[in-house]
Amino acid sequence: MVKTIEVIGVNKEFVIHHERHQSLKERLLHPGSGSSEKFHALENISFSVSPGETVGVLGHNGSGKSTLLKTICGVLAPTSGEIKLRGNLAALLELGAGFQPELSGRENVYLYGAMLGLKRREVAAIFDEIVDFSEIGKFIDTQVKFFSSGMYVRLAFAVAVNVDPDILVVDEVLAVGDERFQAKCMDRIVRFQQEGRTILLVTHNGDQVRQLCSRAIVLDHGSLVADGPTNESLKVFREHLHADEATPAETASGQIRITSVTTPSGSFDVRTGAGMHFDVGVESAQAYGGQFVMEIFSRRGELISRPDAQATPVHLKPGINAIGIDIAELPLLDGVYEMNIGLLDERGQNVLAWSERAATLQVGSDGRERGIVEIAPRVTQL
Amino acid sequence: MGEVGSEARVRDLSNAPVRTVSARPSLRGRLANVWQRRELLGQLIVSDIRVKYKGSALGLFWSMLAPAMNLAIYYLVFSVFLKNGIPNFVIYLFSGLVVWNMFLNSVIGSTTVVIARAGLVKKVAFPREILALSTVGATAVYFLVQMAVLSLFLLILGHQPAWSYLPLLPVAVVTLYILTASVSILMSGVTVYMRDMAHLVEVLLQLTFWLTPVVYSYENTISPALASHGLSWLYFINPMTPLVMTFQRIFYGATNAISLTSGQVLHVLPQWSMAHYWTVNLILLGLVTAFYLVVEYLFGRLETNFESEL
Repeated sequence: MVKTIEVIGVNKEFVIHHERHQSLKERLLHPGSGSSEKFHALENISFSVSPGETVGVLGHNGSGKSTLLKTICGVLAPTSGEIKLRGNLAALLELGAGFQPELSGRENVYLYGAMLGLKRREVAAIFDEIVDFSEIGKFIDTQVKFFSSGMYVRLAFAVAVNVDPDILVVDEVLAVGDERFQAKCMDRIVRFQQEGRTILLVTHNGDQVRQLCSRAIVLDHGSLVADGPTNESLKVFREHLHADEATPAETASGQIRITSVTTPSGSFDVRTGAGMHFDVGVESAQAYGGQFVMEIFSRRGELISRPDAQATPVHLKPGINAIGIDIAELPLLDGVYEMNIGLLDERGQNVLAWSERAATLQVGSDGRERGIVEIAPRVTQL
Repeated sequence: MGEVGSEARVRDLSNAPVRTVSARPSLRGRLANVWQRRELLGQLIVSDIRVKYKGSALGLFWSMLAPAMNLAIYYLVFSVFLKNGIPNFVIYLFSGLVVWNMFLNSVIGSTTVVIARAGLVKKVAFPREILALSTVGATAVYFLVQMAVLSLFLLILGHQPAWSYLPLLPVAVVTLYILTASVSILMSGVTVYMRDMAHLVEVLLQLTFWLTPVVYSYENTISPALASHGLSWLYFINPMTPLVMTFQRIFYGATNAISLTSGQVLHVLPQWSMAHYWTVNLILLGLVTAFYLVVEYLFGRLETNFESEL
């Protein structure tokens, strides 16, 4: 099978200067001094991506995911190892990084196209499409420095997705523009998937990964710690790696654990419209106040519901705590649904404990309504 | 339709060439990479020039103001005040200044170009030497304009260049371009590590300027003194010297002239044969090409840690 991206034993080291001697004068005055240290940003990373695959890259800040992407795009050279690429690659590492503020939108489109490896006439051929997609309209001949930040990124995104790349590398840039433009970007990404293009997507947004990626890899401190189906990787990411995100003072993670999720009957089969009760066991080493979170996903990875965690504070006691969840009438229709359960700190910012796919709901419906949610409309002729 | 398209894409990909990103691309790989991105180089040159003159109606005029000023001042000082006696001194001066301006402005512009475009360097993949090369390219455009003005001077003054030496011009221009590009690329990389390099470069450039026979005639001034000590070679270590002399030989035309002040014969340029000029220029072309390869290698070492230095 042909691979579009093959990463083979890639290492990347940076030299970190503790005392920077960034001038000739300082170097001459302090020869040999200025301690420096090697920092391993990537350690022996190997994986490959097949054509048409969409792979999510997960990891906390400093885990090396941006370094990995930059290495794949050729912005950085690996210290050792190599990367083999088939087909042309367009990278969205930072939208508009190549823009020259003094030049007009039109001139920048050509310049940016050249940066992505296109010839002038190739850009000319897709120029109208780019302008259409970006919704810049008559401002295309205005200097880019007068653009709003939204226009700026829209134009950059429009160029990148219109250049017909075989491989698209996207780093946290889908959060651009207004909601409508975001939806347009997502549509374009989905179309890219259908067209068999390879996509590498870095995002903090778990929902996006679930929705778009069939597979995800997880990086932690420069090492590849998981590579598998999105669900599995998200599980690793959320359950084992959330500890990094909390600042040391408020780290209660590791001390808090979700030990069990059960139902009174022991079964997770449920009928549409019926009530449900879950018992969640949480073990805590000390008293702690936090917020309880529950997410329900469809099998396809679409988020169906995430109730407001602020409305569900919990006060943990040392030892085993029992928490009950009641759903009065489950509005879900026929199908299999995944449930995630977690605990956040009081401000709702840091994850203290997480259980990915804590339960799998098997919903059976008696009625004939189709879809995901039971709305049960009453239709009357007036 | 999507499915059909996707199969075709996979089929195409299996025939597509494999690009490899590795720790140390070979020298050949580096050069091929620069050649492959020549389109980007062209775009960067155009945008460089556009950015410089955006919002000024006079555009190119401004870029010609400084060289014109220099030309006027040197002419006044050396020909009028100091009375060096060289007839048509303005042609002599101009043909040397054209060469020097190309070198000077490229190197000065390139020293800070990587730092100035740090955002680009950290986010977009392209051969980093293209940044220095685009500065050199933009300067080369001004060089061409100055050459045109020089030709105009020749016409107006009715001055005959040495037509038989004209075939040397392309060789000298290529040599000048490669030399300028090499020094520019090297400096663009070194400055990332030593930020005060720009000051040192300015001083060194000024020194080199006075060691190059642009505003004075080597033959007419220090040549006899150096020759009597067997030190002439010292003066010719500076690669700009033979380049400037070649331009002067072509455009000024004569090696000897009757002094305007004393009425005696002046040796303005060395009494070299045409074969000698060819030998010097071809050897220099070989040397600067070798130097360019060394610079490419060195720059490859320098650029690996740009990320953490910028």
